[in-house]
Amino acid sequence: MLHQQNHQNELPGFLRRIAGLGNYGGYLLTDLGRMGVYLFRALVGVFRHPFRFRELLKQLNFIGTGSVAVIFFTALSSGMVLGLQGYYSLNKFGAEGALGSAVSLTLIMELGPVLTALMVTGRAGSAMCAEIGIMRISEQIDALECMAIDPFRYLISPKFLAALISVPLLTAMFDVVGIFGGYVSGVLLMGVNPGAFFSGMEKSVTNHDINLGVIKSFVFALLLVWICTGRGFFVQSIRGAGFGAESVSRVTTQAVVISSISVLIFDYLLTAILL
Amino acid sequence: MTVQHKDTADTPEAVIRFVDVTKSFSGSKGPITVLNKVNFSVPRGLTTVIAGGSGQGKSVTLKLVLGLMTPDSGQILVDGKDVTRLRGEELRKLRTKFGVLFQGSALFDSLTVFENVAMPLRERVRMQNTEIEQRVMATLEQLELVGHEHKFPAQLSGGMKKRVGLARALQLDPEIVLFDEPTTGLDPIMTSEIYNLFARTKRRIGYTAVIVSHDIPKVFDLADQIVLLNKGEVDVFASPEEIQFSTKPYIREFAARILVGGSQGDKNGA
Repeated sequence: MLHQQNHQNELPGFLRRIAGLGNYGGYLLTDLGRMGVYLFRALVGVFRHPFRFRELLKQLNFIGTGSVAVIFFTALSSGMVLGLQGYYSLNKFGAEGALGSAVSLTLIMELGPVLTALMVTGRAGSAMCAEIGIMRISEQIDALECMAIDPFRYLISPKFLAALISVPLLTAMFDVVGIFGGYVSGVLLMGVNPGAFFSGMEKSVTNHDINLGVIKSFVFALLLVWICTGRGFFVQSIRGAGFGAESVSRVTTQAVVISSISVLIFDYLLTAILL
Repeated sequence: MTVQHKDTADTPEAVIRFVDVTKSFSGSKGPITVLNKVNFSVPRGLTTVIAGGSGQGKSVTLKLVLGLMTPDSGQILVDGKDVTRLRGEELRKLRTKFGVLFQGSALFDSLTVFENVAMPLRERVRMQNTEIEQRVMATLEQLELVGHEHKFPAQLSGGMKKRVGLARALQLDPEIVLFDEPTTGLDPIMTSEIYNLFARTKRRIGYTAVIVSHDIPKVFDLADQIVLLNKGEVDVFASPEEIQFSTKPYIREFAARILVGGSQGDKNGA
């Protein structure tokens, strides 16, 4: 690789840029492959004996319980804004009765899974990335391997399982609180008929819509825990991350950004495929 | 590679053998070869000290032995098994032979001293909690850590962290113990204490020791064999005194520094 880089320096400018692009492409492929193997080992680690039940509870508490407050307030404000804006738009067509339907469908299919994933990424994903990154640079992960303890089973897989359990539950909570927020602003503040609000919701929301939201929440949970823990795990192999504490801070920022963008991209893809 | 006075490559009792091992890293000015076709052996039951300047591949050597890094070429044999070819469960099984004291101790921040020392027992062997408690407390007593078992690593001094790291490394009576800079950052009193602990635990367990250290010449007092790393080459000596007889200028300079002593050595030897 370095011989190649030395040869690159002897090339004319535009060829050097092309060579640099190729070099970067190679790095991205290597990184993707590494992350793919990481995902596989983390998922296999969930089924490896002995199962770390206490660690799972600890992670459920951290990712799930610890995120309840932030999800509650995000959902309440999103639902209330949705109620107000929905009322404003629907009122122009005299269709305020469809507010319940609009709020619930938007929350269940889109905002619930996406905003929950983004909030959990910001709150727990960044912390998981930093924790594992620090464990890596302080040789704690090497120590696990030297003690013949599988770091995936011991450290990573409980986080995967906890995220896969917590995020869908938090999404469900987001949906309920968000609909309540829409009810408060639409019905209690703007005077929409409560019967119309709930009957519209009951008629329009189908099992398919709920399933779409649930599938999205599982996929987003997997994405965020994979990217955030994976970036931390490979903190010393990431190009341009630097060294020591600086590398952990850079990689944590990178993990949150990549995770958030991935959630948004996959949101579109899943909607396009499953709608 | 040059081997002077003592070539242990053919020693039948070698527990670790490096055979034509090459390892390079990328650098801003091209690849840096830290080990260039090196050959040496670590005899069973003895203490091997690996010395050399910064960036000469001392810690890399330990990571290669443990399979935490793979060499560019060559074989690393532990009890006859090539570490470079082992994967998964086979590699994990081989690692059960080792205890490792890391440079920064590598204690788990979120666990107490007791839990750190108990971890290998909890994860690797089936043992009742009472038995684990007895065994951990016995080790903590030997290393004079009783009373600190409920503290977290952040609440310990550097020397105490090293002792906890040593307690954890020795918990399963390993056949081979690797010490990566065991006295770095410690004051002279604590350094002596760590070496005393080393001597005591080695007598008790009888493990093969590999010590990577900057603490020269003091660490040489413990050595049965010295491996000098310099610019990718390896030289093996049976004693510090033998280093003087080397014909290589950099080793003669090194010998002058460590044997004549300090700055005086610089003036005389250089």
